[in-house]
Amino acid sequence: MAVYPTVTHRVARLMRFDHVQRSAHWANAMLFGALMFTAIPLYFGSFFGVVLPRHVMEQIHLWSGLALPLPIIISLLGPWGRQMRRDVRRVNAWTREEIRWLQTLGRSPLEADKFNPGQKLNAIFIGAAIVVMLVTGAMLQWFRFFSVSLRQGATFVHDAFAFAIFAAVLGHIILAITHRDSLRSIFKGWVNEQWAATHATRWLEEPRGVADSPDSL
Amino acid sequence: MTPPEPTKHVAVGRRVFLGVTGLAALGVAIGASVQNFLGNALGSGLGGLLPGGDRFRIYSITGTYPKIKDADYRLRVSGLVRHPKTFTLDDLRAMPVTSFTKTFQCVTGWKVPDVQWEGVLLSDIMDAVGVRPGAVALTFESYDRNDTESLTIDQARLPDVIVAYRMLGAPVTTEHGGPVRLYVAPMFGYKSLKWLSAIRVVNQVQPGFWEQNGYPVNGWLDGTTGPTNPDPNLT
Repeated sequence: MAVYPTVTHRVARLMRFDHVQRSAHWANAMLFGALMFTAIPLYFGSFFGVVLPRHVMEQIHLWSGLALPLPIIISLLGPWGRQMRRDVRRVNAWTREEIRWLQTLGRSPLEADKFNPGQKLNAIFIGAAIVVMLVTGAMLQWFRFFSVSLRQGATFVHDAFAFAIFAAVLGHIILAITHRDSLRSIFKGWVNEQWAATHATRWLEEPRGVADSPDSL
Repeated sequence: MTPPEPTKHVAVGRRVFLGVTGLAALGVAIGASVQNFLGNALGSGLGGLLPGGDRFRIYSITGTYPKIKDADYRLRVSGLVRHPKTFTLDDLRAMPVTSFTKTFQCVTGWKVPDVQWEGVLLSDIMDAVGVRPGAVALTFESYDRNDTESLTIDQARLPDVIVAYRMLGAPVTTEHGGPVRLYVAPMFGYKSLKWLSAIRVVNQVQPGFWEQNGYPVNGWLDGTTGPTNPDPNLT
């Protein structure tokens, strides 16, 4: 590693996402990508259906949808899911300060956790949306068991949530590519200490074990 | 190991999660009524902008849409008839016109209100070819070479069952089954076979493509599946 004269101390790296979380994120992202890509011609059939084989789109959409909860479930359960489970608890538990920060859209002071309230909200929404889309999607696939009124309700909710998911994912991607240090951590796992000091103060101050050291990345 | 807790925590995650999924469950339960109310209050134009509302989902069994030029279109009517006949599009247009505005309801839950239809009564076509004694049902074939459908003679004679060549105020488009499709108003959309190519008059009901894949042969909009419709005002 090249040492530049201006660097007076070695920059410490902190593990933000372990390999289980990174794998789960990218498996989840690929499934969302497949679902969203096929959703467009399925929804706007009148524009795209002529050129794309619809039954292929349907099959991709169905099987990606059924697989959707797997990355999260597999990464949470099992001995490898320790950090994943811990981060789920973080996402669940909010301080008054964090609630206030979200209510003021980021204008109130905040000693940020590993994830800021916006990131936490995104994670909660995506988690809930997976459940909602899976259930309403299953209702549309196996519609025989439901009344026409419920099928119509399921279509309504599936479509409404699809719009919300497109908005959330678009926002997620825009924020990711405009925040390079955060973005790197979902590829390589680590952030440096200065980043944490600015964006995740409270997390930086937590005691760390050997498992959290950069060597275990 | 949980993070240290210098301050009191609120389980916001769980609350938001339950709130969002609860809202969705409510949407499934009352979404149909909300949509109907909004559709009526705003008109179908605005209703179409709402997610899930008033929008056709285009289905095709084969994944492609048969493209048929108006001049090449033929409807062959054969089987237990006195005068087997092949109709051109002009032949159909020359027959008495039946038009009405109805809700198109798919068995999977979506629907499009106030769709204008125009075409020829199926019973007029049956009269033109002369149905012979012993005839029980009609089978319908599609230019897509896969879809088939069936109706009993009595069902085919209902006043809102037509061979349609206009829809939504224009000739039926290719994706909607043009130039000519079946429209069976009192039943779910799968009975309204697209790209109608042939009608055979037969001595027994032959379940069509969707019926062989699990849909009821008699797909009345009220959910009943008997051969006759108990409610004459379904649409």
